[in-house]
Amino acid sequence: MAAKAYQRTYTQLQAITKATVSLKATGVANDELATVNGKLAQIVKTKGDLVTLQVFAGTEGIPTDAEVSFHGAPPTLKVSDQLAGRFFNAYGTPIDGGPEVEGEEREVGGPSVNPYKRRQPSELIPTGIAGIDLNNTLVSGQKIPFFADPDQPYNQVMADVALRADVDKIILGGMGLSNDDYLFFRQAFEGAGALDRIVSFVNTTEEPPVERLLIPDMALAAAEYFAVDKNEKVLVLLTDMTLYADALSIVSNRMDQIPSKDSMPGSLYSDLAKIYEKAVQLPDGGSITIIAVTTLNDGDITHAIPDNTGYITEGQLFLRADSDSGKVIVDPFRSLSRLKQLVQGKKTREDHSQVMNAGVRLYARPSSRTVSTFPTTTSAAWTTQRTMQPACSPSTSTSR
Amino acid sequence: MKSTGKVIGIVSNLVTVETTGPVAENELCHIRLGGTDLLAEVIKVTGNRASVQVFESTRGLRNGDSVEFLGKMLEATLGPGLLESSYDGLQNDLTTMEGVFLKRGEYTDPLDHKKIWDFTPLAKPGDTVCAADWLGSVKEGWLDHKIMVPFSFKGTYTVKEVAPAGQYNIDHVIAVLKDEEGADVNVTMVQKWPVKVAIKGYKEKPRPQKIMETGVRVIDSFNPIAEGGTGFIPGPFGCGKTVLQHAIAKQGECDIVVMAACGERANEVVEIFTEYPELIDPHTGRKLIERTVIICNTSNMPVAAREASVYTAMTICEYYRAMGHRCLLLADSTSRWAQALREMSNRMEELPGADAFPVDLSAIISNFYARAGMVVLNNGQTGSVTFIGTVSPAGGNLKEPVTEGTKKAARCFYALEQNRADQKRYPAVNPIDSYSKYLEYPEIQAFLEQKFERGWVEKVLKAKNLVRRGKEMADQINILGDDGVPMSYHETFWKSELIDFAFLQQDAFDAIDAVCPLERQKFMLNLILGICDRSFEFEDYEKCREYFKKVINCLRQMNYSEWQSESFNSYREQLNQLLS
Repeated sequence: MAAKAYQRTYTQLQAITKATVSLKATGVANDELATVNGKLAQIVKTKGDLVTLQVFAGTEGIPTDAEVSFHGAPPTLKVSDQLAGRFFNAYGTPIDGGPEVEGEEREVGGPSVNPYKRRQPSELIPTGIAGIDLNNTLVSGQKIPFFADPDQPYNQVMADVALRADVDKIILGGMGLSNDDYLFFRQAFEGAGALDRIVSFVNTTEEPPVERLLIPDMALAAAEYFAVDKNEKVLVLLTDMTLYADALSIVSNRMDQIPSKDSMPGSLYSDLAKIYEKAVQLPDGGSITIIAVTTLNDGDITHAIPDNTGYITEGQLFLRADSDSGKVIVDPFRSLSRLKQLVQGKKTREDHSQVMNAGVRLYARPSSRTVSTFPTTTSAAWTTQRTMQPACSPSTSTSR
Repeated sequence: MKSTGKVIGIVSNLVTVETTGPVAENELCHIRLGGTDLLAEVIKVTGNRASVQVFESTRGLRNGDSVEFLGKMLEATLGPGLLESSYDGLQNDLTTMEGVFLKRGEYTDPLDHKKIWDFTPLAKPGDTVCAADWLGSVKEGWLDHKIMVPFSFKGTYTVKEVAPAGQYNIDHVIAVLKDEEGADVNVTMVQKWPVKVAIKGYKEKPRPQKIMETGVRVIDSFNPIAEGGTGFIPGPFGCGKTVLQHAIAKQGECDIVVMAACGERANEVVEIFTEYPELIDPHTGRKLIERTVIICNTSNMPVAAREASVYTAMTICEYYRAMGHRCLLLADSTSRWAQALREMSNRMEELPGADAFPVDLSAIISNFYARAGMVVLNNGQTGSVTFIGTVSPAGGNLKEPVTEGTKKAARCFYALEQNRADQKRYPAVNPIDSYSKYLEYPEIQAFLEQKFERGWVEKVLKAKNLVRRGKEMADQINILGDDGVPMSYHETFWKSELIDFAFLQQDAFDAIDAVCPLERQKFMLNLILGICDRSFEFEDYEKCREYFKKVINCLRQMNYSEWQSESFNSYREQLNQLLS
């Protein structure tokens, strides 16, 4: 990340906020990286010769005469097969004590796949979890988040899914992971002997929040290398996207942007879509599947973050503590995989969807007080028995 | 001479340009970045500074980079070959682009200039013509594609010569016109039109006269949409917005469907790419793709082009309308378009309206919806653009600016409801909140009476009222308890459930139930209302429930059976036994 020799160095900051600094500079490009007092920063705004930089590591201790040098390029990642098995921070620097990765330097946050060149997702991703495989089957090229309250074991479930999934590479993008969770992932991957197919980009809660903004782009740049160049099936795990969105709102707030719903930036939808839409089934067999975590506040899905996420992703997996079994389950009623019909009965048993419907119906039976007592009626094999019990049916009223 | 300028400020895709000469609002410009030109549109001018929204990523752009203004607004290229195409929001042909990734600054031609078309002249030398008059016709697949006097031509012209019937490419001069001053003007098969300006060139825009059949019962019978009408579908995620819209796209009775995937999931568009070449249009028996144009600006494609995509789609519809065709425009979702406006307004540091949306949002929405409609062309024929947009309200709350702004503009409202979706009552269109203003139009009422039967509108209103009463009864029963209310409450409640389950709900994934022709809708509604007209004597509410469950099951099985087939008739027989 050293400054290039020909770049001029500036030493006069005009303004400093908690996340940004502004200075007068010329000849710099939008999205270009810079080093401010030894900290990495990126240009987010230019107005005349006044340039505003977002400082990833926070502006604590940056003086007005800080040394600023521009790198002449946007964030990049060196990609090669050497990435496999390694742990990196948000800047792509190894944190596992290993050597620097050598390889081709690629810009992160690159262009989108031409929708016409995409293929329809059609390959099953088995996870060994009945609530997913049976009811909400995952398909390669899908993007789907876990909606979970912060106290639920979403990281464990995600690690399970990742290790059981039949994929070539797993890329972990950890944003605001607690150090314990980071070590958990590390141990889980090492313990499973799967390290050689895992690449991790981790920002822990000990590190500055704005750094998180780089994590998804880094993780997806690595994913694109394996999926596009190597035609591999890649699974990307992003946890926790709520903390990513919080970092977005911090930056937009410091840039005096007008907040929209829930003090999130007005561009939240596009910002999230840019990440999630990297999920793709490529024509040459490679694919990127994204499983993310969006933590909720007390199950509230109308908050801007889960709400925008739900409009972007192909379904959601709701984690819920189930009183019947005493376990955390993937809620069969509120969860949905929008792509499941692309593999159910085609790549799985022929009677998959009937078994699923029957299962959900049976599950609904003992506790008809829950959200929905309606089984999915998808075929003419529709029976009077259960289906006629409308949720607002008078028979469930209080009179005895 | 065209104006030039240089970049002096950049915030994401909003670029400030210092200009050397005059620029127009909405004028296009090219920003030179390395070896590529980035297309951008002027959205605000202050003194010699123009704020432009760039239709591409601005990564790497520098202050001082040169800008060239193009002296024109964003235009759609109109001519034979639009059908079956897949475009991005700026009408670049996605199919001819190279590589898997979209490259910045790569612009492809919307039409194939080499393809040869069979031309038949319609005008003859000496005819007096004006903009939008038909000069000739080519066969675009099954469709008669009229070659018209370009919409931009002002005043009247005299036809000097018309090319004889033959095979030409789109750039061939097919007619020479003489303008009022006597100068010759050449006309080819292609013309350009700025997308943000409505195409006029018709005699009048009367009130809608007919309904557009969709095969969806809750629409056609309960809340019909007029041919040339407008409607919108708001709903939280997971309520079946896209399924309902795709059902309308597949089954709508029209000649051309333009689907604008505006800021939505790319895999949904892939579904269209994959399925439409296989699916059959129920009205004509042709492949669905043969009547479809796809405008696709998915959520990860540049935000500014999202706004352009709905305008491009509307312009293509208006173009085919001027040929006397019935067009259906579906935009999924107009909220994403509004969000694109919000992002720009925000970057320009404008004072925000509600939820940080620009204050003129509702005016922009109404102007857009106003471009739909049925028109009488100069030659007396009619054409129409029916527009249905989906809205994705934040948090599923319908009291947000996009829904409210759209409600003022659209005449049909199909409210998708989380509650109904949770209960798997699909399509999750709330029967009480949803409406079609067209049901109140005397012209449409007359049409419905003639198309269905006398007294039809009254029947529909009666059924709607029964559903409303059922809801009231359910509330009462829930408060007072099953035993605390008279039996008639239960009966009324179950009659409303009967209408809901047997008529309003429809299985979009069942080959037979998915499409319900008007004749069948009429039969079913009459049958159901006949049952509702009876009064029953039940001993207790359990019996009442059991009885109605059986009735509903028979009717649903009828819906799943082929019309008038053996199994259909046997369920009807079962029903008759239940009723006797």
